[in-house]
Amino acid sequence: MREYLNGNEAVAYAVKLARVEVVAAYPITPQSTIVEEIAAQISRGEMEAEYIRVESEHAALAACFGAAVSGSRVFTATSSQGLAYMFEMLHYVSGARTPMVMAVANRGLAAPWTIWVDHQDSISCRDTGWIQLYVETAQEALDTCLQAYKIAEDPRVLTPVMLCLDGYVLSHTEEIVDIPSQEEVDRFLPPYQPQVLVDTQRPAVFGVGAGPDTYPAFKEAQQVAMERAKEVIRRVDEEFYALFGRRYGGLVEDYRCQDAEVILVTLGAITGTAREVVDFLRQEGAKVGVLRLRALRPFPVEDLRQALKGARVVAVLDRNCSFGYEGVVCTEVKAALLGLQQPPVVVGFIAGLGGQDIRREDIEGIFRRCLNSTEGAPL
Amino acid sequence: MEKKGGNTLKIQDLPEDELVFGSFACAGCGGILAVRLALKVLGPETVIVTTPSCLLGVTTFYPQLAFKVPCVNVTFPSTAAAVSGVVAGLKRRGKEHITVLGIAGDGGTVDIGLQALSGAIERGDNFIFLCYDNEAYMNTGVQRSGSTPLGAHTTTTPVGKMLKGEDRPKKDMLRIVAAHDIPYAATASIGYPQDYLRKIQKAKETKGPAYIQVLSPCPPGWGYPSDLTVYLARLAVQTGAWTLAEYEQGKLTVKKIDHPKPLKEYLSLQARFAHLV
Repeated sequence: MREYLNGNEAVAYAVKLARVEVVAAYPITPQSTIVEEIAAQISRGEMEAEYIRVESEHAALAACFGAAVSGSRVFTATSSQGLAYMFEMLHYVSGARTPMVMAVANRGLAAPWTIWVDHQDSISCRDTGWIQLYVETAQEALDTCLQAYKIAEDPRVLTPVMLCLDGYVLSHTEEIVDIPSQEEVDRFLPPYQPQVLVDTQRPAVFGVGAGPDTYPAFKEAQQVAMERAKEVIRRVDEEFYALFGRRYGGLVEDYRCQDAEVILVTLGAITGTAREVVDFLRQEGAKVGVLRLRALRPFPVEDLRQALKGARVVAVLDRNCSFGYEGVVCTEVKAALLGLQQPPVVVGFIAGLGGQDIRREDIEGIFRRCLNSTEGAPL
Repeated sequence: MEKKGGNTLKIQDLPEDELVFGSFACAGCGGILAVRLALKVLGPETVIVTTPSCLLGVTTFYPQLAFKVPCVNVTFPSTAAAVSGVVAGLKRRGKEHITVLGIAGDGGTVDIGLQALSGAIERGDNFIFLCYDNEAYMNTGVQRSGSTPLGAHTTTTPVGKMLKGEDRPKKDMLRIVAAHDIPYAATASIGYPQDYLRKIQKAKETKGPAYIQVLSPCPPGWGYPSDLTVYLARLAVQTGAWTLAEYEQGKLTVKKIDHPKPLKEYLSLQARFAHLV
């Protein structure tokens, strides 16, 4: 079934199709219409789930945690300040190895107060132990939400997934979205089968305390699970393709990078504009490409090295800033390329903070500056 | 034993099975006694949700599991929110007969946990919230809480030239939960186990949220020999320092003490009040 949907509606449809059993959420712009649509689906009798109307985002994630350890497939969504408010619960959920999916409609953080998009909110949560997947379209938001449950619940992974979609640009912008049937989704995503859950016949502790002798082993297990998640994310994307005919490159999506002299690394919706600029410049004969990071955690080091090793210049477009240094993705890309025989020069560009539009000309300008740079000259 | 609302419960009828066993609690810990007694009434079909309080520290430190029931540990502000999640999760699995018991100290209840508790009571979820009130943040080293009584010395209300202990009265949590039109709420004392256990039983039988705040003396926090825990828990009631009250069907009843003992008897046994007597 094909319909005009915005990113938030697409996520809400995916939540229904994933047969999510418990939803706990607190409204915040630009996420709110996700949970409004879910509430409407439940109210219309189209979705059967418990909807816990919590009093804060902190409580939303705590309620999701309680429901997940009790054996339910759960969902929540937030943005910006709400995500920041959840911060301590983020670590709890991932540390207790609780699979769940949370949509983050990306929005800048106050102050100055803003409701518009940048990635500062989710990037600030980079080290919370959640898998982070950034999507480019409403269709990908729907598809990735379904994939995310399969990834999170994989016994080798057992790690929550943050599904990041650009506020307004994706959350509130309509496009034609192919909605799969319930039967198709059921074939792709079987019911959640937790290995350990709240069970009075088999008492267990969720969220134990641990001393210096045992704590590191828990943290190492999380790191191992994240490493394993790389292969699981790739495989789930391929399984999805086999059933639905759509795939997103697994961890990274490469666009005309193979022979490219200059490659732009992106995150999220701006990639669409970057592709157009690449096509335009290619007509001029410029060898340019775009590499979209779909996964920020786990960080796709191997895929990045493979895709970027032939380039002369790698430009990184960051919609965030690590104050006192540079864009976070830029730092990550630099580190990933260390040790290559002839490593490309990596240049960071910070743009589009707090919803400022990143225009076609801006991206063209980035490419031209990189194309015109000569070896050894600073950019 | 007092009979009320058809509930009869005798201590001799309590099961010998211990559902909390092998904890690292201090000698004379009132909190662990409160939890132990409550679990004897609630039985094995119970799930505990608690926070990184004293209780977590002494019962569920890996690989320890001092409970014979499942235990979900969650962040300090979120006990009651996680309770709502567990209630919803159990409902989805058709296990609504299981009692969900949120447990927090006074800090995790009247201060940092108050917002979540208010939310869960207002939503009308079916659970019991047990506040073991030892009248300060004991696990972090005896700092004052909203539940610390007037005049008590704590490490953040130290007695000195400028300050004579806690300068604010104790927060009236029972009236706060009562204002939510909660189906059942009560205060209790581990010094009056029959009264306490009857209230736990009532809470279990209540449809919807139930709240019990039980006075749980703390030897290191209050500064008294550990064999006086139960004695002090009784003396608190007998001197009027603590009241046994019940709120049900919109009515608050307070157990009247006919011949209260002098408050000095209670205060003089505790280092936290040494500057007053």
